[in-house]
Amino acid sequence: MSDFHNPDSDLDRFRFRLGIAALLVLLAFGVLIGRFVWLQVVQHDFYRTRAEDNRIALIPIVPNRGVITDRNGVILARNYSAFTLEITPSQTGRLEETIDALAELIDIQPKDRKRFKRLLDEAKNFESIPIRTRLSDAEVAIFAAQRYRFPGVEVKARLFRQYPLGAIGAHAIGYIGRITDRDLKWIEESEQQANYKGTDHIGKTGLEQHYEFELHGETGYEEVEIDSGGRALRSLKRIPPVSGNNLQLTLDARLQEITEQAFGDRKGSLVAIDPNTGGILALVSTPTYDPNLFVDGITPDNWKELNEHPSKPMVNRAINGAYPPGSTFKPFMALAALEMGKRTPNQAISDPGYFNFGNHQFRDDKKGGHGSVDMYKSIVHSCDTYYYMLANDMGIDNIAKFMGSLGLGQRTGVDLGKDDSGESKGVLPSQEWKKQRFKKPEQQKWYAGETISIGIGQGYNAYTPIQLAQATAVVANNGVMFRPHLVNQIVDAKTGEKRPVEPQPIRDLKLKAQNVDVIRRAMVGVNKEGTGTRAFAGAPYETAGKTGTAQVYSLKGADYKASAIKKELRDHALFIAYAPADKPKIALAVLVENGGFGAQSAAPIARMVLDYYLLGKLPAGAAREDDAAVEDDNEE
Amino acid sequence: MIDVVGTFKRGARELIAHIDFPLLLITLAIMAVGLATVNSATIDSSHRMLSQAGNMGIALVIMWFVSRLPPQKLMSFAIPLYVLGLLLLVAVFLFGIKVNGAKRWLSLGFTRIQPSEIMKIAMPLMLAWYFHKYEATLRARHFIVAALLLAVPFGLIAKQPDLGTALLVGGAGFFVIFLAGLPWKVIVGLIATAGAAAPLLWGMMHDYQRKRILTLIDPTTDPLGAGYHIIQATIAIGSGGPFGKGYLNGTQTHLEFIPEKHTDFIFAVYSEEWGLLGNGLLVFLYTLLIGRGMMIAAAAPTKFSRLLAGAITLGFFTYAFINMGMVSGILPVVGVPLPFMSYGGTALVTLFTGIGILMSIHTHRMLVKK
Repeated sequence: MSDFHNPDSDLDRFRFRLGIAALLVLLAFGVLIGRFVWLQVVQHDFYRTRAEDNRIALIPIVPNRGVITDRNGVILARNYSAFTLEITPSQTGRLEETIDALAELIDIQPKDRKRFKRLLDEAKNFESIPIRTRLSDAEVAIFAAQRYRFPGVEVKARLFRQYPLGAIGAHAIGYIGRITDRDLKWIEESEQQANYKGTDHIGKTGLEQHYEFELHGETGYEEVEIDSGGRALRSLKRIPPVSGNNLQLTLDARLQEITEQAFGDRKGSLVAIDPNTGGILALVSTPTYDPNLFVDGITPDNWKELNEHPSKPMVNRAINGAYPPGSTFKPFMALAALEMGKRTPNQAISDPGYFNFGNHQFRDDKKGGHGSVDMYKSIVHSCDTYYYMLANDMGIDNIAKFMGSLGLGQRTGVDLGKDDSGESKGVLPSQEWKKQRFKKPEQQKWYAGETISIGIGQGYNAYTPIQLAQATAVVANNGVMFRPHLVNQIVDAKTGEKRPVEPQPIRDLKLKAQNVDVIRRAMVGVNKEGTGTRAFAGAPYETAGKTGTAQVYSLKGADYKASAIKKELRDHALFIAYAPADKPKIALAVLVENGGFGAQSAAPIARMVLDYYLLGKLPAGAAREDDAAVEDDNEE
Repeated sequence: MIDVVGTFKRGARELIAHIDFPLLLITLAIMAVGLATVNSATIDSSHRMLSQAGNMGIALVIMWFVSRLPPQKLMSFAIPLYVLGLLLLVAVFLFGIKVNGAKRWLSLGFTRIQPSEIMKIAMPLMLAWYFHKYEATLRARHFIVAALLLAVPFGLIAKQPDLGTALLVGGAGFFVIFLAGLPWKVIVGLIATAGAAAPLLWGMMHDYQRKRILTLIDPTTDPLGAGYHIIQATIAIGSGGPFGKGYLNGTQTHLEFIPEKHTDFIFAVYSEEWGLLGNGLLVFLYTLLIGRGMMIAAAAPTKFSRLLAGAITLGFFTYAFINMGMVSGILPVVGVPLPFMSYGGTALVTLFTGIGILMSIHTHRMLVKK
């Protein structure tokens, strides 16, 4: 290989090889030109005829979207057929004039014109675009008589989505809306472009979005002969669409309705889970909204009202509202102490009504303290000092580890929204979390003093109602954890085959049975002789519960706004429960924003839910605030 | 008194000192054709002409900037750019985002990038530098190292899978090795092995890639998918005939029969409206471009600049040939745009970086010490 070294021959060889490459280039281009001559000269007549005959348009036929029903078959989302008046722009001379002429026959609002214009920009020129939706029979008849005057305008039957229960369960079901650029990207990323030809609606939130590709179905198509102007002449072949799959939920629509009514006009959330399966029985976020408003493109006025309303009806508080858990955190703390061997059930502290740490005094709600407090009493009477000390003994990272295993501070993975990003994580404070959360080094350090108030569910703690419900369900189910889910099974529209969504538990915490039992007895005590007594007076079943009150104004999060706090100074009320205590069928978490004491406003809602679910008993009226409870039960 | 006119003249001369006008005029001519075709392809719907003109403006500025960097400077970019490109490709492999079933993109939070694009330039740059460095001591093992430098990024890109880009990157790298004097025995051996390994390759291919080859042989097997693309594009070209249907008069184009008509399939739009005559003109313009590039390569003073110029020029050829070949139905459909014609800013920037490098090599050739 000696010729590698000679520079002169090197240059020569380079030029020689360049010459070879040039020849190859010419050869390749020659082949291309040959191909062009073949196609454009020799075969030209053949292809010219084919282009002229190329009048076969594939017109997609949109499938029926799957139906959503609750656990008992109550329909939550369905389709109905309605007539629309549609214009094919390429076949209509002057659009404006045509629309003006149509407006003399049929009511066409400015918003209809606006929507038409928007759709016109996006559409292909042989597609028909709706100018009016949901024509009445009279309108259809009026147009039919005048039809000859309007070439390129026709009445078509289209399917519309409808949510028969209106606002009930809207945050769980979600809604569909027109496909936007962002949705298009999603469709592309999911390799569904071909299947969405002709589809103009897509799930925007909730189950409608999460199960979009189950609900959608397979698009069929019709081969239609068109003339050179793009007018359809006759149908050649039809491949029918396949309807989308139906969703059968774990949700109980009646329970959902009763719960929403129980909230009245208060803001808040309730999530009820079957601890044995993880199936969600009710997922409430109030105030709610009417998803039917979105189906046909929400009007700007409606959108503005929903979006800018101070009570934020569009926010799904169940999965996006992160709240300090307050005293509902205590049973979990107690369980952590037992599991980690930091406390025994009988080990008692003496509560003077405060806990001193450094220069700071952490106060108990009850002046003078609760006296000698063991674990049972600490939960039943919600003794703060017990948990100040416990938190201090355990240290923040031990707390974070146990609470994390219960699913707190993590996305539950509930089947709502497009992916996990629709759900909030909340805040599970730990040394590591603080390091990540803050930028300045002096803020990154965790101070032992900050651990103290974590013990009573204050401080940095912030969890979503669904996380609290899940943690409660895990304790109720002896440490076996299911992913919370709303869909029980997906029913194939064609074969009727049923596919369960979450049959298997995702984790077993391997909690010791006697530890879980200690917590259960204490939580039962809460509703018998503690802070939940009044709300559960006379209940024929045994409930395990815990009240909580979260101080809004002491929130140490980043969004500390003095102006906002003045208005909403009142504490959030919380309640967690499961029942029947010995064989739980339902576990829940209730949150009432600015509701005051948990015992006063949250526990009665839980009572109504449990009464209905376990006994089939309907509440007498909308939830009233149980004012009398305040005086007895302000210990939390 | 200050000589205002003189200063201005000198300034202007300095501004254009590193522009190679033959090359510039040829690319401008192709781009003019491209812009008119983008207009025709998008006039019914998305109106992309102005946006494409903007892309071209940006790409020209980048070309001007690159052309001013002397080849020594370019050489110093070889390793950093290659290593960066390789790391990003590995990152794509590990944490890339899936789009259309292929993992090609890397999310930076605010935007996402396609690192394989960097390799189109980094690969020839790196290999040219490598052969330049070992110019005096070139041995067989250097070809083996070069082949490895080529194979790793190629494999990562092909794995994404992005066959089109892998071919372009692999082609650019192979041209350097070929021009550096890869022994003919090895070339013949490689061709023979490739032939023997074809069945093996077939087994390693993704389903959709196999489907594309099968549809090339018989497009009617998949009339709604890839076969539809080929059938409609072939009809567009064939029905264009010798002289075309006239600008804006392509029925295939304007009745929406051609898919991706402003990007990968833009040649079908052009060919339908301008016919064989137009195709001849376009192929002629590409031949001029490649010819000019080869002249620059042949006159380049150092091994580095020679190999780089040669590989970049042949890269343009790969682009143009693969694209026109797939649209006219003699090559399988892979995602390769038509250079200087297809709509899209990223491809233009890469192409004009290449043009800038060619200009730099040509205009700095007298300054390089032998």
